[in-house]
Amino acid sequence: MNVNLRWIALALLFACTPMVAIEPLQFADRAEEQRYQQLLRELRCLQCQNQSLADSDSNVAGGLRQEIHRQMQAGRSDDEIKAFLVERYGEFVLYRPEIKSSTWLLWFGPFVILAGGAVALVVHLRKRRTGTTAAAAGNARDEEDW
Amino acid sequence: MNPRAAIPLIVFIAIAVLLWSGIGKDPTVLPSVLVGRPAPEFSAPELRDPGVVHSKASLLGKPYLLNVFASWCPTCRIEHPILARYVRERGLRLVGLNWKDETADALQWLRQFGDPYSEILYDPTGLIGIDFGVAAAPESFVISADGAILYKHIGALSVADMENTVMPLLEGRQP
Repeated sequence: MNVNLRWIALALLFACTPMVAIEPLQFADRAEEQRYQQLLRELRCLQCQNQSLADSDSNVAGGLRQEIHRQMQAGRSDDEIKAFLVERYGEFVLYRPEIKSSTWLLWFGPFVILAGGAVALVVHLRKRRTGTTAAAAGNARDEEDW
Repeated sequence: MNPRAAIPLIVFIAIAVLLWSGIGKDPTVLPSVLVGRPAPEFSAPELRDPGVVHSKASLLGKPYLLNVFASWCPTCRIEHPILARYVRERGLRLVGLNWKDETADALQWLRQFGDPYSEILYDPTGLIGIDFGVAAAPESFVISADGAILYKHIGALSVADMENTVMPLLEGRQP
């Protein structure tokens, strides 16, 4: 193999190193391992709050990963494992908290603001169009106000 | 002036108030879901005498402060002398939860900084910590005589925390 190709292959190898939590854990098959990684990505580390359990090196995250793995081996479902964590650490551990009255603002607040902005924009554009017609008619009062 | 021109200003003020109110809030202080509920069941060997096993039931009878500590935890050293003083001077019942630690390190730490604990639960795997929703050491829990969690404190306890919250709860006064 030509030397350049070797370097490229080496670079690709490093580029593809999966950024996943590294604990020597045993999985029955590839699907189970993917399920584990997917679950970790949806759970927040309590210590380094802007990292998921999959990313975090913190002490508590390692312990929680082991516990999640143990519970998966014991045959518990994703929902059961999430419920276990919520019971202890609160809704905060979930990156996608359940939709209920206390999380409505969190889920729908941004869309409400977006809708409000859209309404304001439409109203403003309509007004400006009529304003322009009015201005063409020699009345520029509206523009002066803004 | 057209009153509608005030709308952007009103929106600006609303957003400013919203953002301003968030300044200074500590995002690491999370409402605990466990407060007001019975403490989880646990069973752990005594750090200083592994032959003895403590459980939730064996610790019932008198309210206590459950203090999560570890030899690797620098913040624990800040609250440690304060807790020791309350044990000495005010009869605080202090139970330790030695969390994710090595026995030898923990014992050395206690020799070095003093040992005010009446009981110490040894939790090297951190599983008891998970049941208590512990995210980082130090954390402390006020446990009532009948085993309910009355209060959870995240981070080092100060004299003010002890006076204003922990001691009143333990002594059955209003905090």
